[in-house]
Amino acid sequence: MKLINGILLLVLLAVARPGMTALTIEITKGMEGAIPIAVVPFGWSGKGAAAPENIAAIISSDLSRSGRFETLPDRDLVSHPTDASQVQYHNWRMLNVDNLVIGQIRETGPQQYSVEFQLFDVFRTKRLIGYSFPARQSELRRVAHHISDLIYEQLTGEKGAFNTQIAYITTTGNGTKKTYTLLVADSDGFNPQTILTSSQPLMSPAWSSDGNEVAYVTFEQKTAEIYIQHVATGSRRKVASFPGINGAPAWSPDGTRIALTLSRDGNPEIYLMTLANKSLKRLTNSPAIDTEPVWTPDGRSLVFTSDRGGSPQLYEVSAGGGQAKRLTFDGSYNAGADISPDGRKIAMVHGEKGAYRIAVHDRETGLLRVLTDGKLDESPSFSPNGSMIIYATDAGNRGVLAAVSVDGRFRQRLSLQAGNVREPVWSPFGRQ
Amino acid sequence: MKYQLNRLFALALAALLAGCSTTGDTPTGEEAAVEDRGSGAEGVAASGAAGAGAFAGAALDDPNSPLARRVIYFEYDSSEIMAEDQDMVAAHAAYLASNPNQTITLEGHGDERGSREYNIGLGDRRAQSVRRVFELQGVSPQQINIVSYGEEKPAAEGHSEAAWRLNRRVEIVYAGY
Repeated sequence: MKLINGILLLVLLAVARPGMTALTIEITKGMEGAIPIAVVPFGWSGKGAAAPENIAAIISSDLSRSGRFETLPDRDLVSHPTDASQVQYHNWRMLNVDNLVIGQIRETGPQQYSVEFQLFDVFRTKRLIGYSFPARQSELRRVAHHISDLIYEQLTGEKGAFNTQIAYITTTGNGTKKTYTLLVADSDGFNPQTILTSSQPLMSPAWSSDGNEVAYVTFEQKTAEIYIQHVATGSRRKVASFPGINGAPAWSPDGTRIALTLSRDGNPEIYLMTLANKSLKRLTNSPAIDTEPVWTPDGRSLVFTSDRGGSPQLYEVSAGGGQAKRLTFDGSYNAGADISPDGRKIAMVHGEKGAYRIAVHDRETGLLRVLTDGKLDESPSFSPNGSMIIYATDAGNRGVLAAVSVDGRFRQRLSLQAGNVREPVWSPFGRQ
Repeated sequence: MKYQLNRLFALALAALLAGCSTTGDTPTGEEAAVEDRGSGAEGVAASGAAGAGAFAGAALDDPNSPLARRVIYFEYDSSEIMAEDQDMVAAHAAYLASNPNQTITLEGHGDERGSREYNIGLGDRRAQSVRRVFELQGVSPQQINIVSYGEEKPAAEGHSEAAWRLNRRVEIVYAGY
């Protein structure tokens, strides 16, 4: 009976549900010094009046969302070249556009397309890059994000993170009739795919380092348990179901272990579990709350939250165990850390004067910088290229997602049309 | 059957211990039966089971009994049981101590501020604080399950102290009730 209940409570979906609410993006804080760029609507040759996806619009949205680019509005486009021979550089120079993106989409067969793009330097009057990609219809958005990544890397020198995904949790309904949903979407919030729903809370999604799996906490049996689910197939396995807290899973960079919080020995402590044999090693030993472990990129140590000093602060401990060292000293509340991919920055929830905001601690200078101005900001997660942090914030009694550039100069909000959105986690690069 | 009688006896005892103020509203016959029970030996339990049962049933369901209150509220970032809740917590402890077969779940909760897994820790700490009081008053550890929901199951929606104070809580959930 318990099993049947479990099945009733739970709907596992490995495929997309089309027509679901999508995240929409609005920019809340601009950035000066952005690179001016024009993205011309792509040419179309195939059946029907227009291509199935507006590739240029997706690229344009990606680039402006990064905060590094200022895209020319469509109405200001002086011409609509779709081929290199049609590009007249002086027209674009007059608009003070540094760079120009053009392209074409061709239907090559049933549901089969070819997407071609070229990037020009308007002032040096030369083509910088150009590629052609075959794609099925369902892959067109991803091709657009991939093109955005190529443009971003060419012009900024940093790897782009548009063709990645985010996992997050939503709640819908009220009181005892709540539905908790774990979703995976493209990094721009489109293409949301439900991978788990439950009438009981779901928490703390964490990507595996190869991006193929997500660990999470579920209360579907009215007690906390940690599962690992394969994102593409939906198959899942239980990895932790000890008495008390089973929480805060975090994958080691090599993917062989997870750090997690267990209270089986009396109070919340951090453990390392070797996934191959589920063996446990206890890492912390204090009567305080020790939780929210995250690995440094080299896998040698972990940063976690502890209130052993009287208030929640971040500490670091070697993955081999030993004495923990306190990292944060600014303010009375620093919790929920995420470490940048280069290991140099630690994002956290920073509480001060009744407001909880996202702050970044620079490991070299030791300085703390507050990046957001909400009251209930939480769950920071770095993009895999380290340029942005996605987080959860409150917007008019509703949880929404937002992203901020690591320097704090650019902020954007991703708002879902229904439900409360929380706990976003950005996938690693590997996720395809 | 033996379990049933024991349980009814214990319920009656708990009601007597915890719910004295309600006896004034009950018919004199029932009141007398309970008084017999309180002062009597074990044999009395068997003879008066039916009458005691009727009264005891009210102990967990009677809105005037301290046992009817099953939510303990806490200050911000605190797991200390406040003075006004101590009698109610003691009444539950007495009931459970005399009902060793009755199990409960202590559900720990927190308000929405700050990070979610740390709030799971705070909810756990509140539930552990209630557990310790229960065990000191004779409740067996085997009777107590603990689950912390952190901020995931708020009792009140909203982003002000008015809602938060209702969400920083431990709920005593009796198995079977």
